[in-house]
Amino acid sequence: MATETTYNDVVVRQFTVMTVVWGVVGMAVGVLIAAQMLWPALNFETPWLTFGRLRPLHTNAVIFAFGGSILFASSYYVVQRTCQTRLFGGPLVGFTFWGWQLVILLAAITLPLGITTSKEYAELEWPIDILIALVWVSYAVVFFGTIFKRKVKHIYVANWFYGAFIITVAMLHIVNSAAVPVSLTKSYSAYSGAIDAMIQWWYGHNAVGFFLTAGFLGMMYYFVPKQAGRPVYSYRLSVVHFWSLIALYIWAGPHHLHYTALPDWTQSLGMIFSLVLLAPSWGGMINGIMTLSGAWHKLRTDPILRFMIVSLSFYGMSTFEGPMMSIKTVNALSHYTDWTIGHVHSGALGWVALVSIGTVYALLPRVFGREGMYSSKLIETHFWLSTIGIVLYIVAMWIAGIMQGLMWRALNEDGTLTYSFVQSLEAMYPFYAVRLLGGALFLLGMFIMAYNVWKTVAGSKPTEVAVPQAA
Amino acid sequence: MSQGLSWYIIVIVLFNVLGMLALIWWSGKGSSKKVAEGEEMGHVWDGDLREFNNPLPRWWLWMFYITIAFALVYFALYPALGKTKGVLNWTQEKAWEKEEKKADEEFAAFFQQFDGKDLTMLAGDPGAVRAGKRLYLNYCSQCHGSDAGGARGFPSLADNDWLYGGEPENIRTSILAGRNGMMPPFGPVLGDDGLEDVAAYVMQLNGRQVDDAKAKAGQEKFALNCAGCHMPDGTGNKFLGAPNLTNNIWVYGGSPGAIKMSIREGRNGVMPAHKDFLGEQKVELVAAYVLSLTEAAKEQ
Repeated sequence: MATETTYNDVVVRQFTVMTVVWGVVGMAVGVLIAAQMLWPALNFETPWLTFGRLRPLHTNAVIFAFGGSILFASSYYVVQRTCQTRLFGGPLVGFTFWGWQLVILLAAITLPLGITTSKEYAELEWPIDILIALVWVSYAVVFFGTIFKRKVKHIYVANWFYGAFIITVAMLHIVNSAAVPVSLTKSYSAYSGAIDAMIQWWYGHNAVGFFLTAGFLGMMYYFVPKQAGRPVYSYRLSVVHFWSLIALYIWAGPHHLHYTALPDWTQSLGMIFSLVLLAPSWGGMINGIMTLSGAWHKLRTDPILRFMIVSLSFYGMSTFEGPMMSIKTVNALSHYTDWTIGHVHSGALGWVALVSIGTVYALLPRVFGREGMYSSKLIETHFWLSTIGIVLYIVAMWIAGIMQGLMWRALNEDGTLTYSFVQSLEAMYPFYAVRLLGGALFLLGMFIMAYNVWKTVAGSKPTEVAVPQAA
Repeated sequence: MSQGLSWYIIVIVLFNVLGMLALIWWSGKGSSKKVAEGEEMGHVWDGDLREFNNPLPRWWLWMFYITIAFALVYFALYPALGKTKGVLNWTQEKAWEKEEKKADEEFAAFFQQFDGKDLTMLAGDPGAVRAGKRLYLNYCSQCHGSDAGGARGFPSLADNDWLYGGEPENIRTSILAGRNGMMPPFGPVLGDDGLEDVAAYVMQLNGRQVDDAKAKAGQEKFALNCAGCHMPDGTGNKFLGAPNLTNNIWVYGGSPGAIKMSIREGRNGVMPAHKDFLGEQKVELVAAYVLSLTEAAKEQ
């Protein structure tokens, strides 16, 4: 029981370092496929390097490998510190790390081989899905076990969000991945037709809502007040936006299926609940940014805090854009265009990646027994590279997307389409080039981060941190 | 949708909407009693994590109310609550039909200017040909190619060689009513050797160097099995759509392998009818465009 008096930071260190590794890998694949849009020859006539196979590798790597690792790392750190107790679960903790890494490795092998269920963000085949489910249930046992044996009475707000994210992702993954296997590498969905599509997007949108939003809000609720040294702006706002956010997000999936075989009433509900979601989403942004009131000056000197605050600004922007795009008449223009890609990346790079990067910079020195990161100057450089990269990326995709939408609907005097598809593709070239530049800048920032992390970790002697005894 | 499911949807939707209002009401009422507004809640985590008891921002709350009000109005107007149809009685099928009707009305005048004109005349009218070409690019180019040069299985429309005849009325009929060019499989009838022989003969008809003995044997089998449709001299029959086998123009490819496959397994080419889909006015313009290509090919 001696170890019960210390925190389990081993797993936090493992996941934090892997966050950086997978971030670099996932984004490098992203930059490659962005380049393929400009120069298709970059697939080298090799099946496993084609866009169709690398694109799911990119999305899986950045969402589940990069995003997943920092969610594990930060939630394990935060739940221990705010519950004042060591992680529950013993060997299950290590299993979640090694199991998750195995999932990522299997994804990196099977996706380029073309083994896929063809469900977006759920491409992995059934044996890997089962492994994910096992890891995820273990994660839930560890997390909630730790909550149950906490030494403080109240559950901190960050843990509400982490908890909601863990439970919901388990439900989404298990329901959407239900399939009939026909071989080790091939299965068919348990659902068919419009129901299959609806379940897929119920999963897909809540992968955004819970994996990429609720989980990262948990991160925000610990690291922003910590870094700012200020109390959370409003407890009441936390309660209202937490419950309304998790209640509403689960409805929003049908907005991915506007004007399809999905029944009208389902489309209406998807659109309306997406619109109502605006206020609950902004609640998180307000609570994060306003936590800085009285400490705004820190933004000038602390690049880590700047990462977090800019991430919240991007969060606010993309959660405004999302409801707008879910309106049917807007969706009629935006759907199937690069506007969607831009929207996703303003969320994924602007919100998810920036808050993760800020968290890594704040967390890493603490768990490796360092005063701070090796170089604050490099954090500063990373901040500007990634911010400029994101702005280039999303502005290019806005213009490209709206242009595509307008070109696709342009009509001649006789009612025929003015442009062929290839003409609209040709018009995209300059914007694809700007997008590639933006992505490359972001990736460059990740390399600088990797170097900074390496210099911080090398030669460090992390010590066990004692759990403070309740006063 | 069953009545039960409909009620289930109504109940959970309203529970969600009203639940949010209740949550807001709670945050304004009960919670603020213990701790004064703007003060700290009194809990501490991890040494220094605290929370203020600040009220919900006014402007944010109004935004929330407005979206909820919009939701309730929308639920009343559109299909959303289970089986309810909404006051506007809107469906996406009706919306689509309305849009289509509007488009038809909008573009009717344009097409009327060509009404009653002879097809040959239209083929010489640059305005008609331009419109026909646009229609062609929208509806035909997927199979016949943007340059009308055809593709494997889809005949070229620009070479003045015709399966079903190149007169204006032939072209119009092909588009309006569609065509089905069916060549039965002759593999079982001819056997492996017979297949080689007939293929050799067909290649000889196109001036290629082949084994004379084989071609000679093939000629006999051709007369027996193929001449009925492709004619004794192999020049084809436009009434049946049986292609000319002597001009080195091939719908399904002219390599020895492709020729043998056509003979062995047969072919089934389908051009869908466009009368109901495009309407006669538009078909007339597409035909004019195709005819203009023929005229251009003749001149070359």
